[in-house]
Parts: sequence; C-alpha cells; structure tokens
Amino acid sequence: MRWQAHPVLAVCTTLGLWAAWALPVARLAPNRLLSGEPVFLSALLPGWAGWMVLPLIVLVFSPTQAPAPIPTVSAPGGLMDRWHPVTTLLLMAALLAGLFWLVGRYAQQVTFTESRLARTSLGAGFWSLLALAWLASLDAVQHLTRSAVLRHALMGGVALPFVTLLMLGVGHDLSILKEYANRDDVFWTAVRRHLQIVAVATLPSVLLALPLAWACSRFTRLRQAVFPLLNIIQTIPSIALFGLFMAPLAWLALRFPALSQAGISGVGLAPAVLALVLYSLLPITRSALAGLDQVPEATQTAARAMGMSAGQIFWRVELPLALPVLLPGLRTAVVQTIGLAAVTALVGAGGLGSLMFDGLFSAANDLVLLGVLPIVLLAMLVDALFKAAISFTRPATVLDGAPPVAQLADAGRYTA
Amino acid sequence: MIEFQNIGKSYDGVMAVDNLNLHIAQGELVVFIGPSGSGKSTALKMINRMIDHDRGHILLEGREIDSFDVRELRRRMGYAIQSVGLFPHWTVARNIATVPQLLGWPRERIHQRVCELLTLFGMAPAQFLQRLPHQLSGGQQQRVGVARALAADPAVLLMDEPFGALDPVTRATLQLELKRVHQSSGKTIVLVTHDIDEALLLADRIVLLNHGQVVQVATPLALLSNPADDFVLDFVGRADLGIKLLSLKPVAPLVCRAPAPPGSPTLANTASLREAVATLAVHGASVLSIVNLQQEVVGSLHAADVFSPATPSHG
Repeated sequence: MRWQAHPVLAVCTTLGLWAAWALPVARLAPNRLLSGEPVFLSALLPGWAGWMVLPLIVLVFSPTQAPAPIPTVSAPGGLMDRWHPVTTLLLMAALLAGLFWLVGRYAQQVTFTESRLARTSLGAGFWSLLALAWLASLDAVQHLTRSAVLRHALMGGVALPFVTLLMLGVGHDLSILKEYANRDDVFWTAVRRHLQIVAVATLPSVLLALPLAWACSRFTRLRQAVFPLLNIIQTIPSIALFGLFMAPLAWLALRFPALSQAGISGVGLAPAVLALVLYSLLPITRSALAGLDQVPEATQTAARAMGMSAGQIFWRVELPLALPVLLPGLRTAVVQTIGLAAVTALVGAGGLGSLMFDGLFSAANDLVLLGVLPIVLLAMLVDALFKAAISFTRPATVLDGAPPVAQLADAGRYTA
Repeated sequence: MIEFQNIGKSYDGVMAVDNLNLHIAQGELVVFIGPSGSGKSTALKMINRMIDHDRGHILLEGREIDSFDVRELRRRMGYAIQSVGLFPHWTVARNIATVPQLLGWPRERIHQRVCELLTLFGMAPAQFLQRLPHQLSGGQQQRVGVARALAADPAVLLMDEPFGALDPVTRATLQLELKRVHQSSGKTIVLVTHDIDEALLLADRIVLLNHGQVVQVATPLALLSNPADDFVLDFVGRADLGIKLLSLKPVAPLVCRAPAPPGSPTLANTASLREAVATLAVHGASVLSIVNLQQEVVGSLHAADVFSPATPSHG
C-alpha cells in the first residue's frame, strides 16, 4: 500500500472547490436581455452539503496497491488500481448530473415564485465545474483502457446521467432551454443546415486534395508551386474570403441564368462552401502527400511489377497505406470546417452560426450559447469518431513489429 | 524463351547496357553477374519493361515484348526483389494472391494455390496464412516474396538480388530451396546477383557483365576453367579459383573401389571435391573412405587423385 496524490484529480478538485465557492453557478435576471444577479452554489445547497466533497478528497489522496509508480509511455495503467479511475468516473457522472439537477430545480422554483419573464442562466461556476469534471474523467479514462473506442464509450457513459436528465426536461426552465423551446424548429433546421454545409464543403475538398496530393507525390515541381499557394489561402481571414467570392459569384449568377437556377448566387451556400473547400485543401493535401510519401518504394515497385495499373496501385496499395497519416489531416480539416461554418451565416449560408449571430445582435447571451454549444459538441463528436477510426489504422512503415498508431499516440492523447 | 537482340540502353549518353545478345532457353536458370553499374539489373528490368530499352528487340516466346500490354506482360512473369516489397497492410495469403486476383482466378483456386506455395517453401499454411508481413522474419518475408512471384505459375521468374539482404545461414537455405524449386518446376529463371558463389551454386549459365557489356557467357565450370580475360579472373577471385573449381566437381568420378585403410575419415559420395579436400585437411589424412547414403563403404578417395588431372590410378 502506498499513499499518493493523483495530480490531475488534485488540480481539478482544488480548482473545482474554488469555482464552486467563488463563481456564480447561475444568474437570475428579470428578463432575457438583462444580465442578472449572481446565484452561488451555497444558496442552492443545505449547510451540511459541504461534506459531500469528502469522497473527492479521499480519492485525491487514496491509497493504491501499485507496487511502484512507473510512469512510462507504455504502462500508464501501472500508476493506479482499477477501482480508483472507476470511482472517479462514477463520482464525476454524479457530480455533472447533480449540478444540473440542482440548477434546473432552482430555475423551476424561480418560474413559480417570480415573474414568468424571469430568466435563470447558467453561470461561470457551472461551466467551470463542467469542464473540470470532464477533465478529471478524461484522466481517469486514460488510466483504464488503451482502446480509443472504449475511452469514448466511457466518456459517453459519464455524460449519460446528465443527458438523461436533460431529456427528461429537468432543466426546461433554464434560459438556454427556453430559447430552444421558443425556436426548436429553427434550431433543428439550423443543425441540419450546418451539417449540410460541412458535408458539401468536405467532400469536394477531399476529391480535389487526393488527386492533387497524388500529382504532387510524383512531380516535385508541382509540390513547390501548390503548397505556397495553399498556405497563402490559409492566411486570408475567413470573412474576407467570403467577401472575395460574393462579387464574382453574383456576377456569374447574373450572367448565366442556369447558375442562379441551380441555386448559385453571391450570398448563401455558394461563397461559403467555396471558401471552406479552399481552407480544407491545405490540411488534407498536406497530410495525403505525407501519407503517400511514406509508402515504401519497394512496395510501389512490387505493385508495378505485379502488373497493377496506376489506379489499382493507388486504391489498393497507396491509399490504404497513406490512411494513418491522411486521417489526422482530414480530422483537422473537418473540425476546422465545423467551426468556420458558423461564420458562413454572415454571408447568408445559415446554419448554427445564424442562431449565434441572432443572439449577438439582440444581446441575448443564451441564444448565442444555443448556437455555439452544438457547434462545440459537433466538433468534439467528429473528433472522437476520427480518433477511433485512426486507432484502427497502421502506418505503412511498420514492418518490424512496432505497435499500431493507437498505442504510439497513447500517452499524449488526452493530456493536451 | 527470352531472346535479347542487340539490346542497348543509355542514361544521359552513358551506355548502361550495350549491344546485349543472349538467348535464354526454356527451363534455364541464368544468372546476370557483375560489379555495381555493370548493367546487370537494368538488363533484368528490361525483360518485364520496368525499364524500357532504347535499341534492339527483346522476344518472349518469339514475340516482341513491346507488342504485349505492359500489365499483361508483367503478370506473365514473376518478380522478386531484394527489399521484397510485400504489401504491409495485407496478410501473407493476400500478398501471395496478388497476381491470381488481378487475373480473376476463382477464390477456391487461389486459396489452393496459396497453400500449395506456402507448403513448397516449408511454411505451414495454417500458421502463416493470416500473418501480416511485419510478423515474419526476413527469411520468411523473402520466401513469401518468391511465393508471390510464383503464384500465377508464370513461365518466367525474374529475381533481382533476392537474397542480398539476408544473413548467410538464411541465404544458403533459400538458395538451396530455389535450386529445388527450379529443378521441380522447370521454370525459366533469370537472377541478378553480385555474389559469385551464389552464381556458381545456382546457375546453369552465368552472364558476366562489365560497363554494360557482356564479358563472358558460360556454365559455372567453363567460367572457372576457361576465364575469358583478366577481368573474369579477378571477378571470380584469382586466389581461390581452384577451390571454387573443386566445389563444382563431385567426388564420384575419382572414387576407386579398393577400400581405404581402417580408421580413415569418411565422406559421403554425393560431396564435392571441395568438401573432400576440407576433410583431408582437417584430419591430416591422405585417403578418405567414401560412403553412400546408407553409410556403407563404397570405395576410397586418394588425395593425389584430387590434385592430378589423370584418372584414378588405384582402380
């Protein structure tokens, strides 16, 4: 038996205690446009509730049966026993759900006792505790398993009680959910539109980037010309790039009626998608090229000598071998596109960005959140899916029994 | 089977292969050998058009190779290289099945062929079919590489320094396996190497190249007994030419029936004269007792006979 502190959990607990004490867990305002009075956690809890932090403190300084702490890349699990991370996860799930239930119940009381226009919004304390609990869970999950898929599933499990409460309508008197209730049809249209923008932008950039990378891998001259250009595009601010496309597209639509009938005009989807495609081009092309470059020369020679056509070599040999390097680049591009797609609302493309800008222009903070939170969740979800997919790939250079990518990247995965 | 007619290939004005004329017969194992830059590898790669020749004609079974579809031509020939080039993301089974799959063989026939080839190279199918290349040793990888080259039962097998990257023990094993496969399959094999011992062991005929030109084409025995010039002599190794020559000659013709004195060291009657000399030297003896596979004495070998050109005197 050894007594030891668990550093990540210790930091999260310390910061969490401070956030719970010093930051308002909610705000109460007379209507949706005014910023309200802070409401602290202590006001929502009975006096004895302070003792509930005790299990956390115990967990931070818990005894472990590990023979010796060996913090190596290959054996992060050696630090802790299994019960420790499991308890941490359960505690964090309970904390998330409990906090939400508490604030939700408070909002309900406010609706009964105060004016119907009164709004309870989530405060800095709530968001901080949410983030810290998530961090602590990520750390615990890292000590439990190597598999990326299992890790994501466990994180889903941590969020499950919280999500269940949300589905049961526990927080429906919170300001952000009132905003949602007021425009739930607009919200889901916006989500669908957002996904549409991302899909319509990602597909052409993959279709452009793959042949471009393939050509660059064969002709060094082309490589020298293509990458500076893509780099320059990347430095143009997104709003400026949308603006650049508006005039030419409007002119084209005017000049060729067929185009405008196909839905192309100076505003809307067309300039948005064009700009997003250009932004995605650099990360996808660069990673595809790096992926193709590390396909062993001998493998290519063998494929050619076996009588494979250029197409067969690409689809059967080069692309599968490039995937472990290509996928992380694609992941970067898609996550970036999900974020940038919010800005496309400015040129009338719609999507979750339109909720966000509506909120900004009418100074309704919770409407802003209603636009932003799904974007963040979407980005996290896509990121997780890609990571899971990447963990199944194996770099082409692995010929001597090295572990697959998932294990190589293991140590640093959740520490960032 | 394969015929080079006045073949030439130049890179930036330097002749890599110059005026190569050679006929390779069906079932022959021909070894291209020479120092680095001699054009031996270029000559090999021109056969399946991995490199295109500038001048002359190459005929496969009497037909100009340029008249074939290049992919069809390559599928007709097995190709094995030093770095093996197995597809790292495919199992052993799928690697070997590459060309049969391209040719559209039925699944059942492919599976049968893959198992047959693994067995031929002493690798148990049940154990190796589903392995990935990185789970194999270097020797096993090269066996799979050669099996892949043989998969579609090509008439011609091209090998570019196939054993160059292997350790000496594995290399010797694989050389013997190749010799066995060649003898049992009757394939036409063209092999490139810079290892004269490998060439002497495997070749029916050796083509010695230097600066893109053929210096001598001869059987191993003829190359050692009648080297064309000083270059050949230097290349085969002036100092141990005699030893190499001995290794190509069997003991059988020099064995006399009279038994050796009791206590003489024994040697199998299938051994080469080189092994006989080695045994004589190790034991400090002048007579060896020769035995057959059943360890029965069949005669004796006298040191004097090994070193004199005359027929055995003690007959």
